[in-house]
Amino acid sequence: MTTVLRTEPAEIDADVPRPLATDLSGSDRVFTVTTRSIAATVLVITGGIGLFLAASAVPTLQRYGLGFLTGTRWEPESDVLGIGSVLLGTFTVALVALVVAFPLSLLGALYIAEYAPPRLRGFLTSLIDLMAAVPSIVYGLWGFFLLQPHAGAVAHWLHQHLGFLPFFRVGTDPDAAVYDASKYTASAFVAGLAVAMMVIPMACAVMRQVFSQTPPGEREAAFALGATHWGVIRTVVLPFGRGGIIGGTMLGLGRALGETIAVLLIISPAFDLKFRPLEIGTNTVSALIAGRFGEASDRQLAALLAAGFVLFVITLIINTLAAIVVSRSRSGQGADA
Amino acid sequence: MTLLDDGTRTAAAEPATTWVRTEPARQDRAVAQHKRTLTSVTAEQRFVQAGSWLAALALTWLITTRLLPWDGVVAFTLTWFVLGVGLVALTTSLVGSWPEVVDRVMSGVVHAAVILLGVALLSTVVFIFVRGHSALFHVNFFTQDMEGIGPRDPFDRGGILHAIVGSLIEVGIAVAVTIPLGIGTAIYMTEIGGRFARIVRTVVEAMTALPSIVAGLFIYTVAIVAIGIPSSGLAAALALGVMMLPIIARASDVVLRVVPGSLREASLALGASRWRTVWHVVLPTARPGLATAVILGVARGVGETSPVLLTSGAASFLVTNPTDGVMNSLPLYIYSTVRSGEPLEIARAFAAASVLLALVLLLFVAARLLARPKKGIR
Repeated sequence: MTTVLRTEPAEIDADVPRPLATDLSGSDRVFTVTTRSIAATVLVITGGIGLFLAASAVPTLQRYGLGFLTGTRWEPESDVLGIGSVLLGTFTVALVALVVAFPLSLLGALYIAEYAPPRLRGFLTSLIDLMAAVPSIVYGLWGFFLLQPHAGAVAHWLHQHLGFLPFFRVGTDPDAAVYDASKYTASAFVAGLAVAMMVIPMACAVMRQVFSQTPPGEREAAFALGATHWGVIRTVVLPFGRGGIIGGTMLGLGRALGETIAVLLIISPAFDLKFRPLEIGTNTVSALIAGRFGEASDRQLAALLAAGFVLFVITLIINTLAAIVVSRSRSGQGADA
Repeated sequence: MTLLDDGTRTAAAEPATTWVRTEPARQDRAVAQHKRTLTSVTAEQRFVQAGSWLAALALTWLITTRLLPWDGVVAFTLTWFVLGVGLVALTTSLVGSWPEVVDRVMSGVVHAAVILLGVALLSTVVFIFVRGHSALFHVNFFTQDMEGIGPRDPFDRGGILHAIVGSLIEVGIAVAVTIPLGIGTAIYMTEIGGRFARIVRTVVEAMTALPSIVAGLFIYTVAIVAIGIPSSGLAAALALGVMMLPIIARASDVVLRVVPGSLREASLALGASRWRTVWHVVLPTARPGLATAVILGVARGVGETSPVLLTSGAASFLVTNPTDGVMNSLPLYIYSTVRSGEPLEIARAFAAASVLLALVLLLFVAARLLARPKKGIR
């Protein structure tokens, strides 16, 4: 009789769900088959959309080649279709939205996670979620009627004082006694501000979530070493939440690229290849689709579908990268971004 | 056999008694991870900060209204902010070190950003209601449609009943289709799993990236142009459904995945079959989360304009049959009337936007109340 002592712990990981093998009863078989067929239906619907978009993009891309992505004119009468300027406009609006939304959502998330009184935290988090639920048409009205006059003045000021920078240029004389105010409206800048209101809650929610997971021990250690509150944020909270900051911003970018109605309400459509966010006239892929679908012939409709497919692919890539960044980072282990 | 709560009861003289724990032991209760408050602000700091911001306010008033021609809300606020941060830095540097200066300045920046965010959100809500209130407080606004109402007719004629009813019908159909499909898919992905489930999950997650306008364009191309369904509430409901399906499926998947595996194992160990486990254990546990996911999906669908814009057409009269030609809905009504340029029409659009906003708020509050953990359980 020898007794063998276990020298190392048995490899039991309590957190991993154990596979449970059972003989399926009749009702279970029905259950499995039913849910599997539901899942198959959803797969067919959602996957079908993706395949349909890809399939209808093929003839257009074949016909116009790469010129479809780089061309700047949209003239169905002379059979010239290109979304280069539209793509640039899409990114201009998204860029303006991000430039505004990134600092605001970062600071907002820092406030909720670090500065806000604990009693207010839940309320503020709900408020951010509520901000995400406000319909985009409401932000469109807000941007068009309330923001546009002020934004026009700001745009004029930027042009007047920073007009030597190429992207602040507007095709009018800023120092004229009575400047042409209409040149500063209906621009990518104003549209971007309205879109920023939709980006902020998405980005802020992700950032707040990762900031609130900061290990308390590391924060307290930094405080114990004599750091100021901002010192703790800069050396502990921000490095810990880096993945969430990047991922949340990219998720917001995905939302900004696909936004339609607020942009459509604010901009005046133009097909110039230009990077002048302050000047009147721009276009985005989604606004192009919304503006042109009604009068479209079959070939134009296929081209619009191709444009939609390009937009979808861009959004998909950005969302996937965001998910990868969040899940790879130290803070994103449990986050569902 | 005795199941003991603690050591003291071993001395009890009834060996046959079985003690059953009726409430969780203290260590079972989730210890709430309270973040300790580690920062404190002294009264002196408060006074210095408040004084700096007040001084900055006075200086700003002096500069913008008396010295320089910088009138306007934006210029005033910006100047106040810059001066305030500068003064805070100055007053702090008189007594403190460089890290303290940075700390106070960044605290000011964070608070200013939050105030700006709050003002933006509040101004959105208030602005919509203020611009819409003149048309909103008429009973007929909720009981009549816009048939035969011209753009200059007064507010006591016409209303948005057709848009409200249209929105409810379209979203109702979309929800009736997407909830069983979405939640069923989520159950399949979490409860049955396997390689096929992983494929479904990948595709569903990918399709959440589908811009809503592209969902509308898809239904427009397939249902309206190719199959020949007229522009109608049904087509709009399909477009909304296509848009909401991946969102709801994914959100439900996330909710179902956090149901503890031990609950499932306990149910299966008691001899329950799989579907009984799902029906009696998993779904009830996840009910608040599922309700929240669905309601937020519905709120998204109610407010979404772009799929509806391409698929439903815009009727000015009450339509209750979703298969019978054009229909209107709240977002579409707002979008089409606000572009008319007539002041009265714009006021009507804002009133409709107020109704839409109130609807979304209502759904949101309902979602929050449902998601709140019941008192006494925790």
